Amino acid sequence: MSLQDTLRDPAPATPGMAHLRDDWSRFSPRQKMQRWVVMLLCALAIAWSISSIEVIWAWVWDAPQQMGDLFGRMYPPDASNLAAILRVLLDTVNIATVATAIAVVVSLPVALLAAQNTTPNRATLWLGRFILVSSRSINTIIWALLFVAIFGPGAVAGIVAIMFRSIGFVGKLLGEAIEEIDKRPVEALEATGATRFKVILYAIVPQVMPTFWAVAILRWDINLRESTVLGLVGAGGIGIILQGAIDTFRWPEVATILLAIVALVILGEIVSAWLRRRIL
Amino acid sequence: MLKITDLVKRYGSGEPVLKNLDLTVEGETVVSVIGSSGAGKSTLLRCINRLVEPTSGSIVLNGAELTKLRGRELRMARRRIGMVFQSFNLVDRLTVMENVMSGRLGYLSTWAAVSRRYPKEDIRRAFELMERVGIAHYADNRADGLSGGERQRVGVVRALMQQPEILLADEPTASLDPKTSEQIMQLLRDLAGELKLPVLINIHNVTEAKQYTDRIVGMRYGRIIFDDAPAALTEDAMEAIYSGSPAADRAGAGLKEAS
Repeated sequence: MSLQDTLRDPAPATPGMAHLRDDWSRFSPRQKMQRWVVMLLCALAIAWSISSIEVIWAWVWDAPQQMGDLFGRMYPPDASNLAAILRVLLDTVNIATVATAIAVVVSLPVALLAAQNTTPNRATLWLGRFILVSSRSINTIIWALLFVAIFGPGAVAGIVAIMFRSIGFVGKLLGEAIEEIDKRPVEALEATGATRFKVILYAIVPQVMPTFWAVAILRWDINLRESTVLGLVGAGGIGIILQGAIDTFRWPEVATILLAIVALVILGEIVSAWLRRRIL
Repeated sequence: MLKITDLVKRYGSGEPVLKNLDLTVEGETVVSVIGSSGAGKSTLLRCINRLVEPTSGSIVLNGAELTKLRGRELRMARRRIGMVFQSFNLVDRLTVMENVMSGRLGYLSTWAAVSRRYPKEDIRRAFELMERVGIAHYADNRADGLSGGERQRVGVVRALMQQPEILLADEPTASLDPKTSEQIMQLLRDLAGELKLPVLINIHNVTEAKQYTDRIVGMRYGRIIFDDAPAALTEDAMEAIYSGSPAADRAGAGLKEAS
């Protein structure tokens, strides 16, 4: 019965409303079948993935016990080496900060190259995009492995690694901000006879400043966390003594280092939130 | 003196937006350009300072041909042409003084622009003009804190900082309320007299055009079909400028104009 029929011929108020539909379902039987098939395929894909990575199930079921054991060995944390830990923690902060500062400065021209509306020509546009993509597609740890080979182990390799990864991140976001600016002031300043550079300086830079600071602070926050693992590949920071402690089974010291890293990350979060409030 | 001869502007391969247009503006007259949206008013103004590239024809400002200029020569020419925009086109996050000084960018050294260390005579001129239009006390305020009328005054001062030989105003009052709109028109009119400056104003408000300008140019679909004193703008002339027009006249041409 169609809606029109129902309206034209209203149901009697008394008993027998039998001619009104009382069955309704969101999906037709055919759609239901399709949904079941899709779900089954997903389940199969997951099952296949798990079986092909050769999980040793005994170790998985063993995990809670192992976890308890590890905690037992870590407790109480050994703070006897605290002075050294704090020193490398400071190194870690410095690596992150120096790398962010350099990356932010370098990424400015890269962003101008990679933005459609500021790049001088097609060749520079592709150069800019190439720099961004190559920087972003390689993980910090892999950059670090590369630069440890070049500069030798230590903070310099770490700084350069983080810098290389950050240029792509900051440059990409900044480039997008440049492409989204209000073009009317740009037109107005072009009409005054200003050079390209002065137009960028007066009409574009002020418009992207808020994004610039927001991205710089966010990247510093990320870099702080990334620099804690750099030491695992010998590129300086707290990761070096973390690895040393793990390799020599000094679990109480490992606990102290992990706590120090957590404290650092929280502190970084607080500082960047404060900076964001102050600057933006 | 501004002399436009046989100016054609065509976007893509369509009907031209400006069709063999001739216009001469002499001395310090205030000229208003009226016409319905899409008549080519904005395109005409933007061809003069080459924000829009003319397809053919000639534009001569005080003896210098503008249509063939490139690079540095074009920038030198643009310095001499002030422009005021419908939506003010200020840089919101800069102070009023920085916005005003951006009118000097064509003259300033790059270092002066970067460091905001402006020459004394420029600062004096800026305060003089800001005082004249009543915004001097906002010098250190951010431009986005001002009202529409005040923002347009900043726009006018920015254009005048160029020490232009002609002032172009593209619907300078279209974003303003009626009262503010009249104040800005009066200001443009007065400044033109004080600075001995020819002014070309695109405007939708015919009453204001009649009241504040010396000469009215009526455009319809890329052609000038009226050019006379305000008093001569009769009902018939108005009808011709704004009325619905033959389909052939309309044929896609006018619609492509950037507003």
